[in-house]
Amino acid sequence: MKTNIILAGVGGQGILTIAAVIDTAALACNLNIKQSEVHGMSQRGGAVQSHVRISDKEIHSDLIPLGKADLIISVEPMELLRYLPYLKKNGFLITDLNPFVNISNYPELKKVYQEINSHPNSILIDAKKAAKDLGNSKATNIILLGAASSQLPLSDNSLQEAIKTLFKRKGDKVVNKNLEAFNKGKEITTEIVL
Amino acid sequence: MKKLLLGNEALAQGAIDAGISGTYAYPGTPSTEITEYIQQSKTATTLNIHSQWSVNEKTAMEAALGMSYAGKRAITVMKHVGLNVAADVFMNMSVSGINGGLVVVVADDPSMHSSQNEQDSRHYGRFAMVPILEPSNQQETYDITLYAFYLSERLGLPVMIRMLTRLSHSRAGVEIGKRTAQNAISLPKNPHQFQLIPIYARKGYQHLVDIQTDIKESSENSYFNTFIDAPNTSMGIIASGIAYNYLMENFEDAGCPFPILKISQYPLPKNQVNKLFDTCKKILILEDGYPFIEELVTGFSGKEKKVMGRLTGHINRVGELNPDNIAKALGFEAKIPQPIPNIVTGRPPELCIGCAHRDLFDVINQLKKMYEQQQVFGDIGCSALGVLPPYQSVNTLIDMGASITMAKGAADAGIHPSIAFIGDSTFTHSGMTGLLDAVIENTPITIIISDNSAIAMTGAQDSSASGRIFNICKGIGVDKNHLKVITPLHKNLDENLDLIRNEIDYNGVSVIIAQRPCVQLPKEKKDQLKKLQTASIN
Repeated sequence: MKTNIILAGVGGQGILTIAAVIDTAALACNLNIKQSEVHGMSQRGGAVQSHVRISDKEIHSDLIPLGKADLIISVEPMELLRYLPYLKKNGFLITDLNPFVNISNYPELKKVYQEINSHPNSILIDAKKAAKDLGNSKATNIILLGAASSQLPLSDNSLQEAIKTLFKRKGDKVVNKNLEAFNKGKEITTEIVL
Repeated sequence: MKKLLLGNEALAQGAIDAGISGTYAYPGTPSTEITEYIQQSKTATTLNIHSQWSVNEKTAMEAALGMSYAGKRAITVMKHVGLNVAADVFMNMSVSGINGGLVVVVADDPSMHSSQNEQDSRHYGRFAMVPILEPSNQQETYDITLYAFYLSERLGLPVMIRMLTRLSHSRAGVEIGKRTAQNAISLPKNPHQFQLIPIYARKGYQHLVDIQTDIKESSENSYFNTFIDAPNTSMGIIASGIAYNYLMENFEDAGCPFPILKISQYPLPKNQVNKLFDTCKKILILEDGYPFIEELVTGFSGKEKKVMGRLTGHINRVGELNPDNIAKALGFEAKIPQPIPNIVTGRPPELCIGCAHRDLFDVINQLKKMYEQQQVFGDIGCSALGVLPPYQSVNTLIDMGASITMAKGAADAGIHPSIAFIGDSTFTHSGMTGLLDAVIENTPITIIISDNSAIAMTGAQDSSASGRIFNICKGIGVDKNHLKVITPLHKNLDENLDLIRNEIDYNGVSVIIAQRPCVQLPKEKKDQLKKLQTASIN
C-alpha cells in the first residue's frame, strides 16, 4: 500500500497544516511517511506545494514521480491544475473553488472550472464559505482535508486524533472548531458523491 | 515512537544529542530550520546550548572554532553561498585543526529554489581537505551528525555535512538515541596549534597532508559508504546522498538489478570505486549538484571505461535530480504525463501586502522618471523581489552587501544617481565595510537601508541590526547632515521623494534609513522595536 498526495496552494494558505495532520495520523498508525515542503522565497505569495507519501513499506524518494499521485488536494483552483503532470490516470482531484488573485494575468475563472470539471474524478467545493459559515474562515484547509479524507489510507478517527494533537496548544475551542470543519468537509463530499 | 522531523530538524536533534555546547549560524534557505530547532528546543535551553544568530557566516564559524578551541563541541550552519563568506576561516581551520568536535553544515540548493547559484559545497570540502558527509535520508541525517562529531575529534579536523534542499525540507519519522554529555573545557595540548604564523602553519599543513591517509581509510571503511552487489554487471551505479533514493524509487519493491556504490562519505572510497569499475561494463554516476564524482572518476584520456552522468548528457547538467530524470538516465521509457493546461499562469513570489519595501520602490520608480541615468544596486533578502514586476526597480542582485560597493564602483565610473538598496540585516552582515570604503572617499552615492528589523525572507528572525543602524552609520563616519531617517508609508511618498532627491543632488555619501517593521512580525515585537529605534536616534 502506497499513497501519494500532492497538496497545492499559494504561500500562506495553510497547506502545511493539512500535511501536518496527515503526517501525524500516519505516524500514529505506524506507517512510513515522507513529506517534502517548500520554504524560502516562494512562501511569499508564490505557488507552493507539498508532496506527501504514506506507505506500509519503505519509501525511497521524497518527491513523487510524474504520473504517480493518487490525489491532489488544492486550496486554490488554478494551483490544482499546475500539478496535473503528477496525477495518476484516474487520480482524484479536490479543490476549493475560490481563486487567489495576486497576479494580473489570472485566467478566466470559468475556464479554470471547465478544465477541472473535464477530469473524471474532480470535486470543486466552496470550502471557504463552509469555513466562514462555521465562524472560522481560517479552517478552509481543514474543510478540504475532511472533504478528501475518504481518499486517504487513514481512518477518520486517526485524522481527528491528529487534529486534536496538533491544535491542542491553541486550546479546546480551536480544537473543536477544526474538528467541526473536518466533519463539515466530509459531509460536503458525501453529498456530492451521492 | 519515531519523531516526525525535517531533515534539518533531524540534524539539529543529532547535534544536541552529540553534546554540542553551541550552534553558530546566519539564516539562509535551506539551512535555517537547523538553528531554529535548537533555539526552540527545551533540552537545548536547559543545557544552556548557545544558539543565538550570528551577524554573518564568517563570524559564526569563527565563534564555533573558538568554542572548539576551548575543548567543547560546536556546530556552524549556513547555506551554500554562506560558505563563501566563511571561506577564510574554513580554509584555515583545516590547517590548524580543531580541539573540541567541530561540524560545518552547509545546505546546497540545486535548482536555485531560493538562491543565486547552485555551487556544490563538496568542492569546498575537498579544497580544505576535510571529510564530507552527505546523508541520504532523515534517519541517516541524525545518525551521521552523531558520527560527524566522533570523526571530527578522532581526526582532529572540522567535518563537513552537506545537506540539500530536498532533504532539508522533507519530513520523515526518525528514531532518536541517547544524548552524550557536553565536553568540559580543555585547552589544546599543543600551544602552537592555533597560531598560524608561517612557522607553525607549515607544520599544520604538513600534518593535514599526512593525515589524508587516515581520512581516506575512514571513508573506505565507513558504515555510510555501502557496496550493494547485484547480478547485472552490464552497468554499475554510483549514487551519492539523496540520489540513492531517486534511484531506488525507480525499482520500487523489486530492487535494483545493478551493483550500486552508495556514497555518503568523502573522499571517495577508492577501493570500492575500483571494485565497481572492475566488475561492471559501464558506470552511471548519480549525484545532486555539480558533476563532482564524475569528474574524479572519469579518465583524463577519455579512453577508459564508459562513465555516464551530468557531463555526458545522460543527466541534466543543470538543476536538481528527481525520480524522473534518473528514470531517463536508466533508459526507462519516458512517461508522457498529462500536460499542465495552457491557461495556467506563473505565480512568482511577491512582497507582502503592506510591506515597507513596496513604498520605497514606489519612490524609486518616481525618481527614475526624473533621472534618466539612475541605477539601483540591490541586495539579498526580500528587497530582491524589487527585481520582479510590478516594481522592477532594482538593476542588480549579486551577493550579500554588493549593493553599496557596486554603487560605489559605478559612481566612480561616472554613473549618477547611483543608488544602493539594502535591507537592515544584510547591511550588518556585509554592508558596513563597503560603507566605510564609500565614506573614506565621500563617493557620491545614495544608500537606502530599508530597515524592517527582521531577517524577513527566511522567516523574520531577529536582525543584528535592530535599533543599531543609525549609530553604526554615524560611527562609520557618515556626515550627520546626510544621515536621514524616514518612514516608508504611502502617505509620506511626496515628502520621502523630496528628501531622497535632495540627497541624490548632494555630491557625497548619503544614507537614508527607512524604518518600518516587517509586516510578518507580531505586534509586541513591533512595539518593542519602536522604543529601541527612538532611543537609538535620540
